[in-house]
Amino acid sequence: MNVNLKIWRQGSDSVKGILKTYRLENIDPNISFLEMLDILNIKLVKEKRDPVAFDHDCREGICGSCGFMINGRPHGPQKATTVCQLHMRAFNNEDDILLEPFRAESFPVIKDLSVDRKSFDRIISSGGYVSTNTGEAPEANSISIEKEYADEAFLSSACIGCGACVAACKNSSAMLFTSAKVSHLSLLPQGQKEGKDRVAKMVAIMDEEGFGACTNTGACSAECPKEIGQINIARLNQEYISSSLSGFLKKKNE
Amino acid sequence: MTQFNLFSKAPEGDLYTKWEKYKSSLKKLTPEEANKYKVIVIGTGLAGASASATLAERGFNVHAFSFHESPRRAHSIAAQGGINAAKNYKSDGDSVMRLFYDTIKGGDFRSREDNVYRLAEISKNIIDQCVAQGVPFAREYGGLLDNRSFGGVQVSRTFYARGQTGQQLLLGAYSALSRQMEKKKVVFYPRHDMLDVVLVEGKAKGIVTRNLVDGKIETHSADIVILATGGYSNVYYLSTNAMASNVTANWRAHRKGALFANPSFTQIHPTCIPVKNDFQSKLTLMSESLRNDGRVWVPKKKNDQRKPTEIPEEERDYYLERIYPAFGNLVPRDVASRRAKEVCDEGRGIGPTGFAVYLDFQKAIEEKGEDFIREKYGNLFDMYQNITNENPYKTPMKIYPAVHYTMGGLWVDYNLMTTVKGLFSIGESNFSDHGANRLGASALMQGLADGYFVVPHTAMDFLAKEIPLMQDITDRPEFKEAEEKTKNEIAKLMSVEGKLAVDEVHRELGKIVWDKIGMARNEAGLKEALSEIPKIKEKFWNNILIPGSEKDVNQELEKALRIKDFIELAELMAFDALDRKESCGAHFREEYQTEENEADRNDQDYKYVAAWDYSKNEEPKLFKEELKYNNVKLKTRSYK
Repeated sequence: MNVNLKIWRQGSDSVKGILKTYRLENIDPNISFLEMLDILNIKLVKEKRDPVAFDHDCREGICGSCGFMINGRPHGPQKATTVCQLHMRAFNNEDDILLEPFRAESFPVIKDLSVDRKSFDRIISSGGYVSTNTGEAPEANSISIEKEYADEAFLSSACIGCGACVAACKNSSAMLFTSAKVSHLSLLPQGQKEGKDRVAKMVAIMDEEGFGACTNTGACSAECPKEIGQINIARLNQEYISSSLSGFLKKKNE
Repeated sequence: MTQFNLFSKAPEGDLYTKWEKYKSSLKKLTPEEANKYKVIVIGTGLAGASASATLAERGFNVHAFSFHESPRRAHSIAAQGGINAAKNYKSDGDSVMRLFYDTIKGGDFRSREDNVYRLAEISKNIIDQCVAQGVPFAREYGGLLDNRSFGGVQVSRTFYARGQTGQQLLLGAYSALSRQMEKKKVVFYPRHDMLDVVLVEGKAKGIVTRNLVDGKIETHSADIVILATGGYSNVYYLSTNAMASNVTANWRAHRKGALFANPSFTQIHPTCIPVKNDFQSKLTLMSESLRNDGRVWVPKKKNDQRKPTEIPEEERDYYLERIYPAFGNLVPRDVASRRAKEVCDEGRGIGPTGFAVYLDFQKAIEEKGEDFIREKYGNLFDMYQNITNENPYKTPMKIYPAVHYTMGGLWVDYNLMTTVKGLFSIGESNFSDHGANRLGASALMQGLADGYFVVPHTAMDFLAKEIPLMQDITDRPEFKEAEEKTKNEIAKLMSVEGKLAVDEVHRELGKIVWDKIGMARNEAGLKEALSEIPKIKEKFWNNILIPGSEKDVNQELEKALRIKDFIELAELMAFDALDRKESCGAHFREEYQTEENEADRNDQDYKYVAAWDYSKNEEPKLFKEELKYNNVKLKTRSYK
């Protein structure tokens, strides 16, 4: 198959970017989307031109490195699929394919399709953990957890931190990402002790990092390659309200 | 030339109490004293993140470096099946002793008793630690932790989180690390490649890095350096490793005097999605856990072109069940891989290339139901379907072995210190625990054992005997010299201006390594590899082309710096495989096999760790660490 690629080229965050057009012919529809980009890059290198920079690593849909907009959608057209798991058979011969980086103020462009998502790490650092030191843990089976809750916690914890939710949101909100971590930990007894403090800190940092407000459109969850559910946002809101309320009561007692 | 007298430094005495006794004899520092020291950790996967977090908790100031943008992107995240621990929750007779023995036997008696026993002992603490962090392991309806079986063992001791155990464990370690970052005890340097280790008066005191965003060459000093940089499967070009996994940090340490042990011990995983075309960039693993419910077979007839569903039961050869009635589909990886190669070489392989076998779930689906299979392996089945466009609930998977893990790595003593003082190596980057073959679900176990529970003690002991630097010493000549060398090397690479993309050279190298130092090796092939690899090296240095600037994001330059080291490593692998005139575990020398085509081990002459010293212009020099077995009897490995 043949494809016409329009790719966003930008040297760094401090310079302006432009769309450039590239044509690839005789592409095997069974190769992955990133393998198609590999072919383009080898071609560019051999022409002494700068290859397209994009983040990728495991190519198994789990490390969360890859991700950019394909025809306006994070990770492209296929449901529940990261770019690295997308194959060229999802496109038609002679398709025009538009590639742009995730666009969000909190994700500055590093180069071309690669963006800086350190803001996500800062949200986790602010409270996305259980405060336990190595060697202090009790015997594992002394904590019994209903299977239902363990399974739910797993589903929230399956987030790969790719940033598609932010890119899909008209407000560039990081609510789905943040709520997945809050949910994962608040569903488990180990995480509940610090729950109220955690949600308050994580939401505060989320705002500080410049992510927008959540208006519950559900675009994030619809575009999430790991299908992280919107219920996580509901759980975060519940935790947040209870956290604010308990803060209010505590202040009253003082 | 330096002479090495390799001695594990494991204390004498009773195996079962050795580690506990040793641990209490090690020197300790209070958090206030520890605060005077700075530790550099390279790599923030399972081993690196767990070590960084724990050392920071103990008071050390940790500077952690990764070429990734975030610790959560490390390749540990892709581990699927699970993590072993001798908890004996199933009351099926498991014990520390049994896990120890299974691991020693699985490694075909080429690992150290003391290290392996310690690993088995610590396995239990790891599960406790991870559960306390909130790792959502699979549970039974009663609320307790669930287990499953893995290859090479007959008990159920593998803890798991669907097919994403590595992800959940790494997110646990990452959360512990993030907590220390918040407390400012860990400074994380994202998108930094380590390009050299700096020695001051014979001790590792710092590193040279390249910032992958602006290309800046930087130097950093510290009291010790810990390498947690993973394995080198990508020397084969196609492997199940992530694209950027590399040997560079380890190789640079090797060039500075850290011996490299058993480099040719590389694991070929039996269940991967077969290669489909020449553009393939990497291979995808299908977890070994699938062999709990999947049955491996090929047609009895050669060149059978029928659809698998059209081949009747009696015309199928479930060869693993046939040859190994006791372990069946759950034989260790090296055995399963080699047998797959054998049936394909006989012409009974399936699929368009003939280099694949079936992994069939029909019987399990009939007996346990599709929902049960979906619950257990859903994400793996989805991944398979996505890649191959075939539905494994309806038609058997096609699988073939692929390179997956490297048992070899930097030689370390019982303290996990390399032959360079103050330079430690943990996780897959060292050679220590898996001998000639690693059992499934043991990599996560080792990474976390080293990071959470071993190196924090041994590094503290080392540091307690060192005077803390208390200052930046990067203005010393050793640092300036290393920095200059790195800059010159980069300039040299940029100036080649030939015609080949580095990936093209890498692919060529990978083909040689796979053909000659892969699943089966022989003297003639290894000698060919030794004459072919220098030609690749020449091609690399004379004909690669790196566009752009070194002072910018330059992914081609990043690759070139890694491939340069892979080429040198490939040569060492050939020397190592040539030296070992026996078959053991994953190292299968065709000249040395039994009548039943099993590995013919030679304990008389090869019961040693082969540790190699780097030499620039001559052949590498071999130093041997003789392995002692006081607690297990050396036996021929049998899974029949």
